Amino acid sequence: MSYDDPAASRPGGPAGTFTQFLDADAQVCAPLPDFARQPEALRRMYRAMVEARAFDKKAAALLRGGQLGGYAAGLGLEAIGTAIGYALKPEDVLIPAYRDYVAQFLRGVKMCEILLHWNGDERGMAGETGPARHDFPLSAPSAAQVPQALGVAYAMKLRREPRVVLASWSEGAARMTGFRETLSLASHWNLPVVFLVSNHRGSLVPADRTGAPTPVQRAVAAGMPGGQVDGNDVIAVRFVLERAVERARGGGGPTLLEAISYRLHEPGESRPPRPEEEVRAAWERCPVKRLRRYLETQDLWSVQNEEELLLEAGEQAESAAREFLATPPRAPEALFDHVYARPPPAYRTRLEAAREAPG
Amino acid sequence: MADVELSEAVGLALHAEMRRDPAVVALGEALGRASRGTAGLREAFGEARAIRTPLAEPLIVAMAIGMATQGLRPVAEIRPAGSAYACLDQLAQHAARYRQRTLGRLSCPMVLRLPCGGGSVAEPQAELLEAAFVRTPGLRVVCPSTPARAYGLLLAAIRDADPVVFLEPAQACRQRQPLIDDGAALPLDTAFVERPGRDLTLVAWGSMLGEARLAAERLDEEGVSVELIDLAALRPLDMRTILGSVARTGRCVVVQDAPRGGGLAGEILAGVAESGLPLRAPPLRVAAADTVPPLAGARPPYRPDAARLVREIRARLALA
Repeated sequence: MSYDDPAASRPGGPAGTFTQFLDADAQVCAPLPDFARQPEALRRMYRAMVEARAFDKKAAALLRGGQLGGYAAGLGLEAIGTAIGYALKPEDVLIPAYRDYVAQFLRGVKMCEILLHWNGDERGMAGETGPARHDFPLSAPSAAQVPQALGVAYAMKLRREPRVVLASWSEGAARMTGFRETLSLASHWNLPVVFLVSNHRGSLVPADRTGAPTPVQRAVAAGMPGGQVDGNDVIAVRFVLERAVERARGGGGPTLLEAISYRLHEPGESRPPRPEEEVRAAWERCPVKRLRRYLETQDLWSVQNEEELLLEAGEQAESAAREFLATPPRAPEALFDHVYARPPPAYRTRLEAAREAPG
Repeated sequence: MADVELSEAVGLALHAEMRRDPAVVALGEALGRASRGTAGLREAFGEARAIRTPLAEPLIVAMAIGMATQGLRPVAEIRPAGSAYACLDQLAQHAARYRQRTLGRLSCPMVLRLPCGGGSVAEPQAELLEAAFVRTPGLRVVCPSTPARAYGLLLAAIRDADPVVFLEPAQACRQRQPLIDDGAALPLDTAFVERPGRDLTLVAWGSMLGEARLAAERLDEEGVSVELIDLAALRPLDMRTILGSVARTGRCVVVQDAPRGGGLAGEILAGVAESGLPLRAPPLRVAAADTVPPLAGARPPYRPDAARLVREIRARLALA
């Protein structure tokens, strides 16, 4: 499968649509949807992607410097997270994959919280404010959360709430047991759920371990609409997600979408083995660059705009890092917090022991 | 007041709680068909609240988790007992953790009903995963021994704010008992003193309780006074009741129908040993053989019975 031709992974049959508005050279290749005709909407999405990229760079630096326990980079996948953030309403539920940071930021998760999470601090996923208070936490393996979307959507449907759950995960995780059963049940019960598989070709599971040419092919078997989208074209991802979300909200049932993208990496970062040439080409076609080129050709973005944004985004990431590094660790007895709503007596005893423990 | 079996008591509790609380839903593969506990639910509450699922155990638990995070109170049924292996990922890595993972923002008030303690002759029915559940913080585990306990504990389990594994002992299912369907719940973390005694504390739960009661009666005839405790709550453990009894009797025997190694009986006896209470005899566990559960896993010689209990307790008392 070559990156130059995203259509190479297109399946045949009814799940075979591929949506793209800006091609790899940022040329408009299909009539733009309404939101993409509003300059401010495009600039806002661009800003979200650039801010996330600056955050990603900072997080990777913290990881390399030994100041962060772990980190799954979202570099190159900014369009997908941004589109999720714009497609969902505040009351909807996002079950995020652990590279959907932009979606989480747009729903109110703070950059500092993502850093706390990756440093092993539960406070990172505890946010009570903003739309994200409805959302699921980051969790590995992310695919285990996907069948839980069935229950979330079932609850919404049972209570006749006009809400939608969006479950996002990566193509490697989409080969985990339970994925197909989840699709089948969502379709059978006509649940308000959107499944989004990010095919970013960074999976450590080789692509040839499935009989289906691509994850979206499974939509056919489950009897639901499915389609592929250029995951580096934020306009396209937002368009197909909005359509699927509103379809689900209106009682139309689930949709399976596959966003084809490419997981980039900073020099020296651990990564799946890929040809250098392929990686170079991917940087050229990355979602941030693509939207900037389009904005520039439309005279909607200037060199000065770009310089100001980079400065602001960099400072925002630095500020998040400072806040993270200045956050005192949780007290030892916090180990026993929130394990039970009503802590059993035995837990209280252990809690007392923890309080007495040194340090 | 009617005489009911344990599975009927489960059904009465489910009906009562689904009537009382519209957030309660029941789900399972054979809902209303293979299991008597769920008979009539679909007729009474409709297919949307009494949900038949495909044969996909991990998905049933995952669905219950998703529902619970949204404020529903799902009661999921998994059977046979061996199917619980397939559920452990969702149960231990997710249901038990959402509260802590999100510092209380999301939680999983759900019940997983599972048979335990053997049934007919089939390997998966003899599996007993209680040790896997009780070593999982975030879960509550209960195992009723009688219809009345099943009724009260299931109501409490459904009303609790955390995930509860509800083990239904197959062997105890045949005994009948009068039951008042009054919607009253029992405590989820309290052991019950079944009969008072002076010489020895005998701890049992689930389907072992009937054997333990028989053993206690026989020993009583021999002049040995046995204090019998129905553990009921397997996690958290009510060590206070157990230690209070052992402090008086000075002897402790725990019986379980799960395999001996790595089991709950060992955990209880460790608690007794750590307490530093003076003992008049070394503590003893009587358990299923530490081997692969055989096809006839619900019967001796694999599973302990009253005769073996009496024998081993006699030997232990002679030792003292």
